[in-house]
Amino acid sequence: MAETVTLEVTRYRPEQESEPTCQTYSVPYRKDWVVLDALNYIKDQQDGSLSYRWSCRMGVCGSCGMMVNGTPKLTCAAFLSDYLPGPVRVEPLQFFPVIRDLVVDVTDFMQKLKKVKPWIIRKEEKPLTDGEYLQTHDQLDRYKQFSMCINCMLCYSACPIYGLEQSFIGPAAIALAQRYNLDSRDEAARERLEILSEHDGLWQCTFVGECSKVCPKSVDPAGAIQQLKLTGAVHWFQSVLLPWGTR
Amino acid sequence: MSSETQYTPYHPKWYRRRVSVWWWLQNRSYAYFVLRELTSVFVGLCALLLLWHLRALVQGPETHAHFLAQMRRPIFVALNGVGLLFILFHTITWFNLAPKAMVVRLGGKRVPDWTIAGLNYVAWLLLSVAVAAVLLRG
Repeated sequence: MAETVTLEVTRYRPEQESEPTCQTYSVPYRKDWVVLDALNYIKDQQDGSLSYRWSCRMGVCGSCGMMVNGTPKLTCAAFLSDYLPGPVRVEPLQFFPVIRDLVVDVTDFMQKLKKVKPWIIRKEEKPLTDGEYLQTHDQLDRYKQFSMCINCMLCYSACPIYGLEQSFIGPAAIALAQRYNLDSRDEAARERLEILSEHDGLWQCTFVGECSKVCPKSVDPAGAIQQLKLTGAVHWFQSVLLPWGTR
Repeated sequence: MSSETQYTPYHPKWYRRRVSVWWWLQNRSYAYFVLRELTSVFVGLCALLLLWHLRALVQGPETHAHFLAQMRRPIFVALNGVGLLFILFHTITWFNLAPKAMVVRLGGKRVPDWTIAGLNYVAWLLLSVAVAAVLLRG
């Protein structure tokens, strides 16, 4: 059994260097350690200047996403034992601008997410005295899968379309739009479809499918995008064949 | 290390890596995707061959015989062989992806993916048998 594991970590210190470099660290191997544990060990014991994001350590907060051996992963769920004998390459999420070391800028995603209006929109709100909007189990089941998204952005990092065309609205934003479209309490599916049918919307997707493979929550954004394409195409045919029916 | 790099507090100097033109060789899924996209070229070529065949049929037996003689040339045999492989790849990969786009709900439950893909394969098989029956009878 290995006693130590080598980590090849990308460093980028904008005050010192103009492009990222690689720094090698050797950490003790423990069966129950994930890549994030190894990074924490480095930060605590070897090099306090290493920067990276993390919070919950249990696959809920979505902030510790990094490239591990070239694949976007939540480092809190990437066990060192799966990468033996190493070395394990840890890089910032690809296709995002790097601020420092393993920290990327996520502003672009945040703006895109807001653009698809991921909240419940009603044409007319019920008065509070009428009580909650009730849902059956079936109605919940329709969108539940898409509501599991934790905004970790691994899907953006896996999407070559986003890499090549930064204006693409991207997998998670579309999956979350679909999450609200399928919610029985929401009434803005048409509005979101129009936003998503714009040039940088869902038709940019060529169905590489990698977003769904890397998703740690099995949200299947690729599925959401194809389902929306189908809805969009049906809507377009309806508007051509039955222009009065789509008003 | 570069002495020219300036760092302004609160205004991060981002580093953005350019995507290589070889991005599709980065992992197997990307290569598989590009291959699937490329199959459309062969689907197009085989469609053109079919149109050429139809044109030869319309123009009479002599032209048709000439067309068939052309098709026996190694280059066309090879093109058809490679075309067939790519069309099979195209069909199978798209059938397998069909359940992603088609969500069918029956009795409040989502019909499983394998059923949707399976129905596509069954339809393919039935159509192929029908075409074979017409051709063999003739």
